[in-house]
Amino acid sequence: MDDVTTGEPLIVLDGVNKWFGPLHVLDDVSLSVGRGEVVVVIGPSGSGKSTLCRTINRLEPIDSGSITFDGRPLPAEGKGLAKLRSEVGMVFQSFNLFAHKTILENVTLGPVKVRKEKPAAVRERGLALLDRVGIANQADKYPAQLSGGQQQRAAIARALAMQPKAMLFDEPTSALDPEMVGEVLDVMTSLAREGMTMVVVTHEMGFARHAANRVVFMADGRIVEDAAPTEFFANPRSERAKDFLSKILTH
Amino acid sequence: MGEFFRVLTDNQQVFLDGFVNTIKLFLIAAVGSLVLGTLLGAMRVSPVPALRAFGATYVNLIRNTPLTLVFAFLVFAVPKLDVNIDYFPSACIALTVYTSAFVCEVVRSGVNTVATGQAEAARALGMTFGQVLTLIVLPQALRAMVPPMMSVFIAMLKNTTIAAGFSVLEAGAIPAYMAERGEPQMVVLSWIVIGFLILIIPLVLLQRFLERKWAVAR
Repeated sequence: MDDVTTGEPLIVLDGVNKWFGPLHVLDDVSLSVGRGEVVVVIGPSGSGKSTLCRTINRLEPIDSGSITFDGRPLPAEGKGLAKLRSEVGMVFQSFNLFAHKTILENVTLGPVKVRKEKPAAVRERGLALLDRVGIANQADKYPAQLSGGQQQRAAIARALAMQPKAMLFDEPTSALDPEMVGEVLDVMTSLAREGMTMVVVTHEMGFARHAANRVVFMADGRIVEDAAPTEFFANPRSERAKDFLSKILTH
Repeated sequence: MGEFFRVLTDNQQVFLDGFVNTIKLFLIAAVGSLVLGTLLGAMRVSPVPALRAFGATYVNLIRNTPLTLVFAFLVFAVPKLDVNIDYFPSACIALTVYTSAFVCEVVRSGVNTVATGQAEAARALGMTFGQVLTLIVLPQALRAMVPPMMSVFIAMLKNTTIAAGFSVLEAGAIPAYMAERGEPQMVVLSWIVIGFLILIIPLVLLQRFLERKWAVAR
């Protein structure tokens, strides 16, 4: 796929290190993501890919190095950090929809409470987003009444309602039954086509192949490869990547 | 049997005054400890280490102190600091200070029943700590908090009787008063037991109502 990067990158990680106790979970990680770029992060479990994704909106603080978003270093805490988070959408493996709110309330809560937007306008936008992800008819139900695939699409709509500059996906399809993976990936693919900047941690190699601008392969807390998907899947350079691909692509 | 009811009817004003004071003490301390305890609970789950330490110190100090000592401190020690508070407000403060430590722990354990992903998703949207707590976590924690919270309040209702030892005329002070009048203690005490049982019924009904109201599908 062509390089869509224009101007300065939106997300820049430079020499990032993080430890969980003695475990060096991010080892000198540097990565930059351009505006409109879709970067898919893959790698074996425990390679640090989810942690990497979570450092970008500082759900995980880092021990050293720097992360900038839209030209500014991530604020450490307080209002600045909250503002940054409101500009970065996040989708979790376990959906994390607010269990005591309806689907529509889940989508409108952020804009109304964080952005202080007018409820009526937000409601309209929320319904349009639910329609876009194909669950407009579920607006008044509670999360527990929806299938996993529907919940994850609602979670994507909730993140989009904040009109974010970038979207982070932390294994968005890993908790889904196989027949529901497609409906979530379809939504993500259409987002990617519309030019949303995305960092996607996933095991879905099909998505990486057709929707990513770049594939980042991580192992043991390091970025081992960073290449265009065609190049990565056809000619992985490292032994770790070859080994990983041989294990997941043989089935 | 006639004797049993005579004790109540002959002394109804004493019983009435006593229990009205008990109810007043209870209601004031319940509201006070609900507010203070929730604040302390919020401190204990906050991201600020100093607040967490304050909350933990408060709970460990107060929860391990006999209530009689807390009363004695307020009634006898505080006036030595040239702060003069009447007996009744002192009793309200003592009960509030003491019960708040238990309310705090109920709030904290309720918060712990809410999946961490809920707070994480709220933070990821850009909510402040206060918003995460009041909009997302506490509403979902309420249901788990109801049964232990009621136990705390029922215990507190009975703890009000310690105020009798500090010159507050509540239900716990009735026996001494009646002894002076020469009434049979067995009967007096039985009426006080019945009084407390009657006071606890609305609390039990409230608990049942709230548990149904706050049922959350997970």
